[in-house]
Amino acid sequence: MKKYNVVTTISYPKKGAMGKTGSWRIFKPILDKAKCVKCLRCWIYCPEATIIRNKDDTVSIDYEYCKGCGICANVCKVKAITMEREVKKK
Amino acid sequence: MAIKDLPDTECVLPGSAACPGCPATMGLRIVFKALGKNTIMVVPACCTAVIESLHPHTSFDIPVMNIAFEAAAAGASGVEAALRQQGKEDTTVVAWAGDGGTYDIGIQALSGALERQTNFIYICYNNQIYSNTGIQRSGATPYGAWTTTTVGGKTEFRKEMGEIIQAHHIPYSAQTCVSYPEDLYNKLKKAKGIKGPKYIEIMAPCPPGWRFPMEKTVEMGTMAVETGAWALYEVENDKMTFNGKSKLILEKKIERKPIEEWIKYQGRFRHLFKPEKDVKRLKAIEEHTDQMWDRYRRCYL
Amino acid sequence: MTLMIDTGNYIAAKAAIMAKPDVVAAYPITPQTTLVEGIANYVKTGEFKGEYICVESEHSAMCACIGASAAGVRTFTGTSSHGLLLMHEMLHWAALARLPVVMCNINRVVGPGWNIWPDENDSISQRDTGWIQFYCSSNQEIFDTIIQAFKLAENEKVLLPVMISYNAFILSHTSMPVEIPDQKEIDDFLRKRKSKWKLDINNPITFGNIILPADYEKIRKDMQNSSENAKKLIPEIAKEWKKKFGRYHGDLIERYKCENAEYILLAMGAIGAESKVSIDNLRKEGLKVGLARVRTFRPFPKEDILKLGKQADLIVIDRNISVGSEGALFSEVKASLYDKSDTKVYGFIAGLGGKDVTYNDIEIICKKAIKGKVKDCEWYGLEGV
Repeated sequence: MKKYNVVTTISYPKKGAMGKTGSWRIFKPILDKAKCVKCLRCWIYCPEATIIRNKDDTVSIDYEYCKGCGICANVCKVKAITMEREVKKK
Repeated sequence: MAIKDLPDTECVLPGSAACPGCPATMGLRIVFKALGKNTIMVVPACCTAVIESLHPHTSFDIPVMNIAFEAAAAGASGVEAALRQQGKEDTTVVAWAGDGGTYDIGIQALSGALERQTNFIYICYNNQIYSNTGIQRSGATPYGAWTTTTVGGKTEFRKEMGEIIQAHHIPYSAQTCVSYPEDLYNKLKKAKGIKGPKYIEIMAPCPPGWRFPMEKTVEMGTMAVETGAWALYEVENDKMTFNGKSKLILEKKIERKPIEEWIKYQGRFRHLFKPEKDVKRLKAIEEHTDQMWDRYRRCYL
Repeated sequence: MTLMIDTGNYIAAKAAIMAKPDVVAAYPITPQTTLVEGIANYVKTGEFKGEYICVESEHSAMCACIGASAAGVRTFTGTSSHGLLLMHEMLHWAALARLPVVMCNINRVVGPGWNIWPDENDSISQRDTGWIQFYCSSNQEIFDTIIQAFKLAENEKVLLPVMISYNAFILSHTSMPVEIPDQKEIDDFLRKRKSKWKLDINNPITFGNIILPADYEKIRKDMQNSSENAKKLIPEIAKEWKKKFGRYHGDLIERYKCENAEYILLAMGAIGAESKVSIDNLRKEGLKVGLARVRTFRPFPKEDILKLGKQADLIVIDRNISVGSEGALFSEVKASLYDKSDTKVYGFIAGLGGKDVTYNDIEIICKKAIKGKVKDCEWYGLEGV
C-alpha cells in the first residue's frame, strides 16, 4: 500500500475501520457444526463478511466483527445457527 | 450458478460502519464477487458513503471515489474517459448510488451518461427511502409508506425507474434483489461483459428504514418479489426477460401473493393495519400492483 | 511561433488543446459556446486527441473533470455565468480533492434579466471555493495564462484548480493577433501531468469518505498554505514564460506607469486593459496616476497592494457588487491595508450588466477621486437615480 502525500480525504483499507464491531452485538450466533449441511447460505447473506467460508465449505464465525444481526440464523434452513444473548464481560 | 460456485473475493472488509442487517453491504459483497478487484467505484451521497467508515481508514478494498449526491454518473463518465486515455479499458467503472441519488437528484446525470453510451455499470441499490438522512420519502418510496416526510403515509405511487431506463435503449439493464445472490451475481457478471452503459437496480430492504427486525432483510426481499411488489427481470438490447418467481408471476404460472403479506411485517405500513385495517389504501396498493403486472404482460409477454 | 488572429474563445480553445488535456468535459453557454465549438473542431481535425465529453450540464462537466482528474489525467473545461454558478458545489469539490482542473470562465451577467454582456459577479461569487482565479485583459494573455495555469495547478506545492476569467464579448468574441508558440516549445514548458494521488486498482484508496472536524480543518489549512505557495509560483512561472517566449503580463498584478504615481488605479479584466489608455491621457495632463491591474483575485495580492498603498492613494473600480457590502476588490484592497497604511482608497462600481466602461469614463473616475469628492463606494454613471 502506497501512502499518498496529499492533504485531502484519502483513506486506506482496513479491516475493522470502525473498530471491533463485535462489541455492537446483543445476540451472538452460535453454530452447531454437526447440523451444518454446507449450503453456505449464511456465508453469502452475511452483510458483514463475518461468516468465514472454509476450504471444505464448512463455516466459522468472526466474532471480532460480527454485529449480531441474526441473518445467518434466520436463513439457515437446518437451524444450525442459533442466536444467544451475549453475556457482558465484566 | 449456485451459491457454492460464487468466488471468495471480498472487497468490503468486516468492521465497517454499516448497520447490522444492512442490505447494501450484502449486495456489495455479491457485486464484487462478480466484478472482481479490477473495479473502480464512484459513490455519491448515500448510506455507502457512511459504510466506507471513517477517514483515514476505509472498509473498501478497491478504489472508491465519493462524489456529490447528484453526480455519480457524471463522475463515473470522467473516470471512464480517463481510464480509456490511459489504455485501462479492462477496468470496470461502477457508479453505486441509492434510490434518492438515482430516481431523484441524480436522474439528469444518469440519463446523460446513458445517452452518451458511457461504458460503465450504474447500480442503484434501492431501499425506497433516503435512509442515510433518516428515512425521508424518495421517488422510489411506495404508496402508503410512512417516512419522516410522509408522516401519514405516502400519497403517491413510486416511479417505474426500470422503464425510464429502458427508454434509453441501452445494451443491458436489470432489476434484481439482495435476497437472490445468484440472480444478482449473474446479472453483474453479464453486465461486466457488455460494452456501453449498463443499469442494474437492486431491491435492498432496509431494517431501520422499513421498520423490520434486522434478521429479516433476506425475507423482506423475497417477499417483495413473491408479492409482485418488485420484479426480477433483465433487458438485453431491448429484449425483456423476467427471471425466477417474477417470470412465473408474469406467465401466471403462480399467483403473486397479496402485498399485505409483505407490508404487514414492516413498521412503515403499520398505520394501514392499526388501529383498524385501512381497506381503501390496501386495496389501492393491490390494484396498482395488478395494473403494473397487466402492463408488464401486455408489453413483454 | 505562428501568429493567429482570432477571438478570445478560439484562442482559449487553441491553448487548451496545446496543453494536451486527456479529458475535456463541457456544456455550451453563451458567450462560452465558441470555445467548446473550437475544441469540437480540433476533435474533428485530429489535433485534439483526448476524450471530449459533451455532458448534459455544467454540473456534470465539472463532475466529469473531477472524475477524470482523480483517475490521474489532465482535464480542462470552460463555462460562463449561470454555468459557473451551477458548478458551484463541484468547484468546492475539485479544490478540496486537490485536483488541478483548469477552466476558462467567460465573465457574464447573472440573471434574471437575461443579459449576456460582461460582468464579474459570476466568478467573484465563487471566490471562496478554493480555486485560483486569474482575470485576463487580452487574447494573448488568455493563451499564455491557460498554459501557465496547468503548470501552476499541477505543481505539487499547489494542487489547486485554476479558473481563467475573461470578459464576455470584449475578449471572448473580439479578434486580436496572438503569438502561438510551437507545440514542441509548449511541451517543453508543460510536461505531462504526474498526479499526486489517483484512483488506481493497484492502490485501492477511498477518496472523500467521512472525516472528523480536526482532520478536516487540516485539509482547509493545507489549501491555504498551497494558495500561499501559488503566490510565489505565479511570478516564477510568469518569469520562465517570459524567458522562453518573451511575453509577460505581470504576475499577481500588472503594474503600468506606477513609478512616482501619487494615485494608483486598481481594476481587473477588460477595464484593466482599457485603463492603460486612460493612464496615458491622465499622465499627458500631468496627473501622476498609475495602474495596477489585478490578475489574480485568488490568491489575493495582499502584499503587492500594501506596497502600492504605501506609495500612493488607491482608486478601485469593481465590475461586481457584493450586495449589502461594496465592490469585492474594493473591500479586499482596504483589508490589505488595514492597520498598516493610512492611504486613501476610493471605490467605484462601474460597468455592471455589461455597460460600457470607456477610457473616458475611467479618466472621469480618476479625476473624481483625485478631487477627493467620493462617497465610500460610488456607483459611476448610474442613470436616472
